[in-house]
Order: sequence, then C-alpha cells, then structure tokens
Amino acid sequence: MTVVVFLLFVALVLAVSRYTSRRAQGVGGYFVANSSIPWGVNGIAFAGGYLSVASFLGICGLIAFFGYDGFLYSIGFLAGWIVALFVIAEPMKRRGTFTFSDALNRTFSHPGIQLAAGLSVLVVSLFYLVPQMVGAGVLVEPLLGIPHYWGVLIVGSVVILIVAGGGMTSTTYVQFFNGGLLLLVAAVLTGAVLLRGIDLEQLPPEEGGAGLPKYEYRVLPAQIEGHSVTVDLPGVRLVDRHAVLDRNTGEEQTVLYRLSHLVPAQAAGGGGYSAEIKGRTARFNGRSGPGWTVEDIDGRSYVRIEDWWRWEGGTSSHLAETQARTLRPDGVVLMNGAPDGPENRIRQMGGISTLPEAYGRQTGSVGPLRLLSVFADRDTVVAVPRNTSFTTSGGERVTVHYEQALAGSTFMRPGLMFPLEARTGEPALTTLLNRLNFISLMLALFLGTSALPHILIRYYTVPSAEAARKSTIVAIAGIGLFYVLTMYLGVGSLAAGALNPETSNMSAPLLARSFGEVLFAVTSGIAFTTVLATVSGLIMAASGAVAHDLMTNLVKREVSDTAKVRAGRIVAVVVGLVGIVLGIAFRDMNVSFLVGWAFAVAASANLPSLLSMLFWKRTTAQGIIASILVGIGSSVGLILLSPDMWVRYGFDPATAPMPINQPGIISIPLSFAVLVVVSMATQNRGRTTAGTAPGAA
Amino acid sequence: MNPSSSPIAEDPFERRKTGIGVRMTLLYSLVYVGFVVVSVFRPQWMAARAVLGLNLAVTYGLGLIVLAIVLAMLYNQLCRAPRRSGAEGGRQ
Repeated sequence: MTVVVFLLFVALVLAVSRYTSRRAQGVGGYFVANSSIPWGVNGIAFAGGYLSVASFLGICGLIAFFGYDGFLYSIGFLAGWIVALFVIAEPMKRRGTFTFSDALNRTFSHPGIQLAAGLSVLVVSLFYLVPQMVGAGVLVEPLLGIPHYWGVLIVGSVVILIVAGGGMTSTTYVQFFNGGLLLLVAAVLTGAVLLRGIDLEQLPPEEGGAGLPKYEYRVLPAQIEGHSVTVDLPGVRLVDRHAVLDRNTGEEQTVLYRLSHLVPAQAAGGGGYSAEIKGRTARFNGRSGPGWTVEDIDGRSYVRIEDWWRWEGGTSSHLAETQARTLRPDGVVLMNGAPDGPENRIRQMGGISTLPEAYGRQTGSVGPLRLLSVFADRDTVVAVPRNTSFTTSGGERVTVHYEQALAGSTFMRPGLMFPLEARTGEPALTTLLNRLNFISLMLALFLGTSALPHILIRYYTVPSAEAARKSTIVAIAGIGLFYVLTMYLGVGSLAAGALNPETSNMSAPLLARSFGEVLFAVTSGIAFTTVLATVSGLIMAASGAVAHDLMTNLVKREVSDTAKVRAGRIVAVVVGLVGIVLGIAFRDMNVSFLVGWAFAVAASANLPSLLSMLFWKRTTAQGIIASILVGIGSSVGLILLSPDMWVRYGFDPATAPMPINQPGIISIPLSFAVLVVVSMATQNRGRTTAGTAPGAA
Repeated sequence: MNPSSSPIAEDPFERRKTGIGVRMTLLYSLVYVGFVVVSVFRPQWMAARAVLGLNLAVTYGLGLIVLAIVLAMLYNQLCRAPRRSGAEGGRQ
C-alpha cells in the first residue's frame, strides 16, 4: 500500500504542477509567477518550501533520541523568521523584481554585485540541496525497499519536470500543497499521540496493525568479575569483551560482552534450520555457517550464535540484551548473530520504562501540557537507543545498539546532544569549544533563515510589499505551529517505542505506523513531497541566479526574455542533475547537520550585505562584493577544515585545523568586518551609497 | 526588464515601520540570547519547574515560538494603523 500511496502523492504533485504551469508564460511568469500569488497562498508556500525533511523527519528523530536538544533546532529555525519579517521582507520586495541581487544592484548599480550575489545563491542552494536529496534516498530505502539512489533519481527527475516545466508558478503551488498537507498530518498525529497517552502495559505492535508485538529486551542477573561473566543462558561461553571508554577520564563507561549461547532451532526445508531470534524468525542454511553452528543435544536441535550483552559498569549485577549488526571480513552480514535476511531485521527500541507514581502504568488520554510535564518529571524514566561501533580483533565491523535509561528531567532539558556542562575530568578548553559550537549553531540558525535564497525569491511572487509582509506572517504562524507539533511527534514516537535504532530519521513515519498502515503510508508520502517542494524552491532559486544574475553579466549584451526563460529551464535541468549526483555521492551524511551548515553559509554570505544595504549609509559596492565572497569562502573553508569533515576524509577529528564544527561564530562576524573595512577604504571611489533606505541610521 | 530602470516604490511609512521592526527584532534577540545564555551556562536551571507543571526548558522554548507569532501579528497591526488615518498612496 505504501507504494501506491507514494505514487499517488507524486502523481498529485505532478498534476498540481501541470495544472498551474499554464500560467508560467514569459519571463515574469517563469521566474516570479507574474508576482500574482495571493499572500495567503504565498505564506503557506513559504512554509512548504522552508519545512524540509530536516524539519519533519530530522527534528522528530532528534527529539525522540536526544530529547530537548532536538527541539533547539525548532526554536532556532523559527527565530530566524523574526529577522526575515521585521527587517528584510518589505524592503527586499520594494527594491527587487526577480532576485535579491536586484535589490543590491538597484541600490549600488555595480556589475560585480550581481555576479557575487548570483554566485552566493548558487553555492547556498547547492549546499542545501545535498541534504534534501540524501533525505529522499534515506526515505525510499526502507519504505519502498528500493536502493538509495532510486530515491535521489526520482526526486531529481520529478523536480526537474516541475521547475523546468512550470517555473515559479508550479513551484509555488507544489509548496502550498505540501505546506498544507504537512501541517495537517502533524496535527492529526499529535492529536492521536495525545488521545493514546502513555501506556506501559500495552505498547503498539511493531509495523502497525496486527504486526509483531513490541519486543521486550531481556535483562539477566549476572556475576561479573573483571573479564569473567556468569550468566544464565543455555550453553553460554564468553567470546570477547569490548569496553567503551570515557573520553575524558579514560574509565570504562560501558562494557559489552560477546556471549556465545544456544537458541532452540527447528528443522526447516532443504536441510536448513530456523530459530526465533528476538521475536523474529532467522533462517540458517545447512548445519553451520559464518558465525553460527547447529548442535544436537538430547535429540533436540539448537543453533549456537554469538551476540552482545551490555554491562552498565559500577556495581550493576545485570547484563542487558542489545542488538548488533556485524560485517565480517568475508563480507557476510549478521543481524543479532544470525544471517541477515528479510525476516531477521533490526527491531525497534526505546520507550518509557517508569511513570511517576501518580499515574501508575498508564496516563490515559492527556492534554498537550500534561504530556510534556509527564515527560519532564524527574520520576519518569525513558530508555533511548544509543549505539557504539568498533572493529573486533578478528576484523569484524560491529555496531551494537543498546538502550540507555535517562530521567525525564534530564531528557527534557538541553545537554544530551550538545554537551554544554563541564564533565568530570574534561579539559576547560573542551568545555569552551563545546559551548562555542552550540552558540555558533544557534547564531547561524537565527541569522541564516532570512538569507536563504529560496526564501528570498518568495518576496517577489506577491504583488506588493504589504503582501510580502502578510505572507511572511502567515509563514511564521504556520511554521511556528508546526515546530510546536514536532515536540509531540518526537516524544510521541518514544512513548510508542517506535524507534529504529539504526536511523533516527524514520521516527515520524514509524510513529504513524504505530497508528496503522494508512497513516503510515500517508505520512511517508507527505515526507516525500516535502523533499519535492523544498528541492523545487532551491532549484528555482539557482535557476534565477544563473539566468538572471550571472548570465546578464557574463554575456555582456542585452538578453531577450525568451532567451532568459530558456536559460532558466536549462539551468534547472543542469542543477537538478548536479543535485542527483551529489545526493548519491553523499548518501551517508547526516541530514540535519548538513542543513545547519547551509544556514551558516547563507548567513555569512548574504546577511551582512542585506543589513548594511538597509541600515548603513556608507556601504559601498566594493564592500558588498568583498563581504559576499569572504562570507562564502570563510564559511565553506571552515566547514572543510572542521572535525566532522576530518572524519569524512578518514583522519582523526582531534587533529582538524578548525576545532569546532559550526563556522557561523567566526565567518558571520568576519563577513561583517570585511564589509565595514572595505566600505571605509573605498568611500571616495565614485560610490553609490545605501542612502536610499529611509530611516537608515 | 532591467530592474534598476523603475524607481523604488515609495512608502511614506517605511521609516516608521523600520523603527518598529528594528525594535521588535532587538526585543526578540534579547529573549533569544537569554535562552542561549541559560542553556550554555546554567543548563541545570532548565530542569526547574516553571509554569503549569512544565519545566523551564519547555516553557522558554515554546515561549520563544509563541512570542514570535504574537510579535508578528502585533507588527502587522502597527503597520496597518497609519493607513486607516487617511494615507492611501505610496503602495505598489
């Protein structure tokens, strides 16, 4: 059914696009929908274009896994709209016709400005495009059972059809359609979460409806002395031990024991066996295979497998069951010690283990504030999935997934994903860098939104400055409401125990699945159209930047309107193809943090020039150009030198030249400083100042 | 189609609107900076109970979102006010 609903949504998007593309004639029609979009539609389209998969799937997943820290993205993503509304919207609309570089160019009338601004739009769009494309692939892989690159290819081709065919008009209505659906599905899911409340006795089954009952991970009493373990499992032998060390103190934080033990097996057809592993059926072909053997004891068959058990350390006298994916040197993949297969897949993890006494084992339906206060209670205990990856002495690549117990009061305050508090034994510099990294991200989110190219172009699709303002207000209301709902989707998926420990991005669809297949299919379909809507906006922005800003300057002669539209369509196809290639190349990149980087690049490249044009009379064209170029160069450069990228290159992140991941705190002030210094130095070179802004201080 | 050939649309109230907008941005920035400062330097405060059984983190976070929406609506009201008093020109 998921496939049918998926296709239905894609067909609907294409229908909307086709129906509206007839209005996209001429240069104004193609690039700015003839500036005739009603403000209400434009406002929801703002929301549909802005709320990307990072907002929908990314934030819900982060909240489910890391609690309040995921919500910090929601807060930052919305706060940026304040700058967009109060400072940028109306002046931008009044000064520009097609792109934001028009506005800069009109004020300063210098060919270099349009070139620099066009380039910056292109760079930021591409930066933002990659995570969207990756997100599309992540989505289709588990949902449709097709490879990652198919998702990227489908999104790429559909979007090229939308943008090259219908330009800004189609893009707008596709985004409007998506924004409306996204708000609707988030509201429906939140309502369902509140009605269900929290029930520790009866968790919804995995994979919806009559699916598998939620698996209860075993916790066994064990005697643990150093490297020896005694635990009640049939035929148990200790095979290996792996300790996760605390980075600061070097102490053993958590210890994983690899135990070999017997699991009852039944003879299956063709000389093979089947056994129940964590509630799922695993198939074993023959009497032995890589990592397992069949043993007969007292006339009964058992399969001997190896799996990992977690000891919390300290005085704990228990071993907790985990899940593990093992890639052997011979290329064989084992899931929980048994051959990986369609019936032996990873199981969901996470949930609430204890509620405050007043509630007992279930809350019943709860109000929106009550649900959040139950989660934040110090007597509530939640179990969240965590993982650790390592290579064994035998050369196996192992990822162990386990549940970590946390008090609700810790889960619902900052600190799980961003380590802000100084921990025991942590060097003062590490604490400082962690804090700077966080401040840098919050700064980039606040200042980045109003400088994003696919947001800036939407001021030109409405007829007047007043309509630009009103549509921004509709956007703030819609996006704000959505971000409040993300909190409920996040904690709701944890309460339902519906988390895939391998990818936090699947939390929202899995929450929907816990309410049934229909909601699951619809939610997944909408998540997919979300990618389409955001990517269309980005490609549209890039198309405008190249055809309108770069081409006009590079060709050096008057370009006819028809040629401009044709160039716009060609650029849309090319950028779409580049996006497809990058989406496939960066497939294992984390969606949310890539988006954080795009915000930093946008804020560094564009915001200083936008603000100074409006508020600083002594700004010069040279200052603007320098600021844009330095903003792009420094933010992209710092990202390429960051610890996260160092990991991608295969180096030790501690040796990265740039100590923090988020460049904003350096590149944004730097770009401002360059603007001021260069403007001051070029005051007398026949400048055109920014004095056209009344009220400028 | 050269955009710089047509004059910038005049808006007699732009100065007033800019003033309101800048002040509101500063107000919101202060509240936002406060949030970041508490998160960074006193994260343990965020677990304290604030209002309606919610902790400070949730109250402050949701508060920032609601404040954005309220300020946006208020700004629209303030921008509309001068037109009612008779000025109609200057719009695109």
